Amino acid sequence: MLKARVHVMLKDGVLDPQGEAVRHALGTLGFAGVEAVRQGKVIELDLAQTDREAALAEVRAMCDRLLANTVIEKYTVEIA
Amino acid sequence: MKAAVITFPGSNCDRDLAVAFAAAGARVARVWHKDAALPPGTDVVGIPGGFSFGDYLRCGAIAARSPIARAVIDHARRGGYVLGVCNGFQVLTETGLLPGVLMRNAGLRFVCRMLDLRVETTDSAFTGGYAPGQVVTIPVAHHDGNYTADADTLARLRDQDRIAFRYVQNPNGAMDDIAGILSENRRVLGMMPHPERVIDPAQGGTDGSVLFRHLLGQLATA
Repeated sequence: MLKARVHVMLKDGVLDPQGEAVRHALGTLGFAGVEAVRQGKVIELDLAQTDREAALAEVRAMCDRLLANTVIEKYTVEIA
Repeated sequence: MKAAVITFPGSNCDRDLAVAFAAAGARVARVWHKDAALPPGTDVVGIPGGFSFGDYLRCGAIAARSPIARAVIDHARRGGYVLGVCNGFQVLTETGLLPGVLMRNAGLRFVCRMLDLRVETTDSAFTGGYAPGQVVTIPVAHHDGNYTADADTLARLRDQDRIAFRYVQNPNGAMDDIAGILSENRRVLGMMPHPERVIDPAQGGTDGSVLFRHLLGQLATA
């Protein structure tokens, strides 16, 4: 069995109002010098697949079809 | 004229949308998300507002992959009419039937109030009952209505006269003040404001009923 970890992040250049709110809150707490915050998602999957290459291809297909909206999001896949 | 209104787990404007279609003279079928087909002879599909699947993953993302979504996509590709309101608009962008995406409101707040919209095109069965440039008052109630698309998509929407409604005062940061857009064949409309909530004077306005009545009139004569 393989584990996959998917990181989904907004593409560069897409405004992230939530990240900006987090940055602002950190400043309020006294954490100075936080120049930017981008917020994303981590999705972990347990796969029955045992072939790493096949698993990678499968998870990428999952990202393209559901896990990420590639209009505004990019993703990376790690197989462990 | 037959309308089909879809219900997903978490939809909460499905009944209102069905009432609005019925008040305009449609026979309305209520359709469950697990159904794999629309009722035979469906002319227009209504995708209602709400929080389908709890907005899990992204607003509209799970609903857009449900069994009925496949049937709605096929209906639209055959030239069928689709109206998606609020979460329904989010579902339509997630299916790819409409371009772009609805992001979190720029102010991060849930916005729930009556708003003025400008009718930007009357060249559609949905908007043909309004006067060009008419300002109508229709409520919004959403957290994720910040319409976002790349520059090419925005240019295409403008060049093809596919922006149906713009906000007079932008409540959510939507690019180009976009409140609603049409598909290329002008038969799929997605909009964040809720026309089904202003179809009776008892609701505080009737500006939404024009949309339903004109659509039904067009379909009846088609």
